Amino acid sequence: MDLSFVILVEMLYAVASLVLISAGLAVVFGMMKVINLAHGEFMMMGGYATITAVGLGVNVFVAMLVIAPIVVGLIGLIVERLVIRHLYGRLVDTMLATWGLSLVFIGLATMIFGNTTTGISTPIPGFAVGDYQINGYNFFIIIVTILLVIAMYAVLRGTRAGLIARGTMQRSDMAAALGYSPDRIYMMTFFCGSALSGLAGAVLAPLVGLVPTSGGAYIAKAFITVIAGGPSLIAGLVSSATSFGLVNQIFTFAISPVIGEVALLIAAVVLLRAMPSGITGRFFKGKM
Amino acid sequence: MKRTMSQDVLITLVVSALLIWLMPLLISTYTLTVLVIYGMLGLSLGLIWGFGGILCFGQAAFFGLGAYTYAIAAINIGESTVPMILAVVVPAIFAALLGAMMFYGRLTDVYLGVITLVVTLILFKFVNSTAGPQYVIGKARLGGFNGIPGFQTLNVPGDPNAYIWGDPYFYVCAVALVIVYLLVTWLLRSSFGRMALGIRENEVRMGLMGYDVAARKTVLFAIGAAIAGLAGALFANWGEIVTPNLFSLGQSAEIIIWCIVGGLGTRLGPIVGAAGLAYLKFMLGQQSMIDNTLITGLILVLFVLFLPRGLVPAIASLLSSIFGHTRRKPSNRRMRRARHG
Repeated sequence: MDLSFVILVEMLYAVASLVLISAGLAVVFGMMKVINLAHGEFMMMGGYATITAVGLGVNVFVAMLVIAPIVVGLIGLIVERLVIRHLYGRLVDTMLATWGLSLVFIGLATMIFGNTTTGISTPIPGFAVGDYQINGYNFFIIIVTILLVIAMYAVLRGTRAGLIARGTMQRSDMAAALGYSPDRIYMMTFFCGSALSGLAGAVLAPLVGLVPTSGGAYIAKAFITVIAGGPSLIAGLVSSATSFGLVNQIFTFAISPVIGEVALLIAAVVLLRAMPSGITGRFFKGKM
Repeated sequence: MKRTMSQDVLITLVVSALLIWLMPLLISTYTLTVLVIYGMLGLSLGLIWGFGGILCFGQAAFFGLGAYTYAIAAINIGESTVPMILAVVVPAIFAALLGAMMFYGRLTDVYLGVITLVVTLILFKFVNSTAGPQYVIGKARLGGFNGIPGFQTLNVPGDPNAYIWGDPYFYVCAVALVIVYLLVTWLLRSSFGRMALGIRENEVRMGLMGYDVAARKTVLFAIGAAIAGLAGALFANWGEIVTPNLFSLGQSAEIIIWCIVGGLGTRLGPIVGAAGLAYLKFMLGQQSMIDNTLITGLILVLFVLFLPRGLVPAIASLLSSIFGHTRRKPSNRRMRRARHG
């Protein structure tokens, strides 16, 4: 009984962390069709922003949920104005330019913070369930993720800004004809996407030792999750994160964590081969 | 192409002979050897991406596979001729299987990129986790993140004690690169190469004309992997150790950067880009003011923004505009499919 509860929490946590890792990329790639290979580095910078803010005496939750997204969002804004703006519609070129950007960020972080591991302790203590110890912070991540998905859905579906953003992504010429500046809407969307990446990096920071190259650990997973998800933003994100998270955890419990990771990657290859347009290209068509 | 095949071969031979003679006077052969090997690796991606329109994020997988195949086979056999052949054949077969799975499934651009990326990651993670003594192939322990040291390095075929190393090894690598370059030249001039260009420009049209697009892409992909595998085996001989870092994403990224900087759609570009950037990295590694990665990244961003066609085509068109040669104009349309998906 206790064991099944622990496994349930671990599964939920695996799915939630995948959703969290991929959310920023889902906005930038899923909506704007910009393949942001610097996504992992945005998360890395979110982590560093949190640690720096906590070091300056800011409350850890304020640092994670407010400061990190804003800082990373602003960095994203600068990047969009300087580089990405010139490359919309050129898929491969955006990919290469953002790969270059990711290297630049790794280099900058190495120069500023040094090539050493830094970290902060988890702000929530663990607790025992029967014979097992559960990390209380996992619950925090699950709750943050659920709130995030609901908030994304509400903004995209319910607000005027979400409507305008979705419309511009579909037909930017039509949006321009109706009096909205696609340039500014793209800019704001990229800001939101980067802020989401920063938030994810910040929330996950207490769980990992942060080094300038830790972005690389996220980018492949995020990329796979978003692409396997397919055209629908939120339904795709949740459905592919659920399938990969479950596969990962089942094999982790059955064999070993490494095999779990490998199983996740193999599942991605099989899934993409079977459904080249992603899960929501076949199921849940036309949903959000 | 105005020049005939024999002219092309002659120019290649003369220029490369001059370079092989002159370069060791400027740079030590130890460094030059690795530049030549990287040049070959760049050429392997330049072939399949620049001429076949297949953007492979996992060229490092074939490079690493070649190196590991060589190391494992060399430990088991104790002689280097068969391992060298295996190091070319194994990646080619692996790529043929992977390519058949992708191309017959009609996967394109982004999905192709993701799958090749994922396969590289799987290899990286798997090899990294093989530190235990139970992971043994024949007499060779895989060694996890420590890699495999101490295998038989290149020897004169038939005589395991006559090692080829130092200066002679540089000449072996350089000649290997020239031979591969000439083979690529020949391939691109053959009907197969022309069809590859046709597929890059318009896959649907080539399919409607009755060519088996998937089969041709698979074969091209396998040829690229074979070249990368050869480069990997040469690299293993140069470094005398193979580690999982050969499979890493950073390595894959570098290969792509070389191709972009050197110039896609040319044979020379990727080689120039690889050797040039690897040498730059070597020079930058000797100072500690500015981080190495930062500069690599900046170069990539600046090239994508300001010189998306790469160095070699840009210099070629500059030269032809100065000297008024009426060589074929490099138009942007030629690279449409490869660059815009």
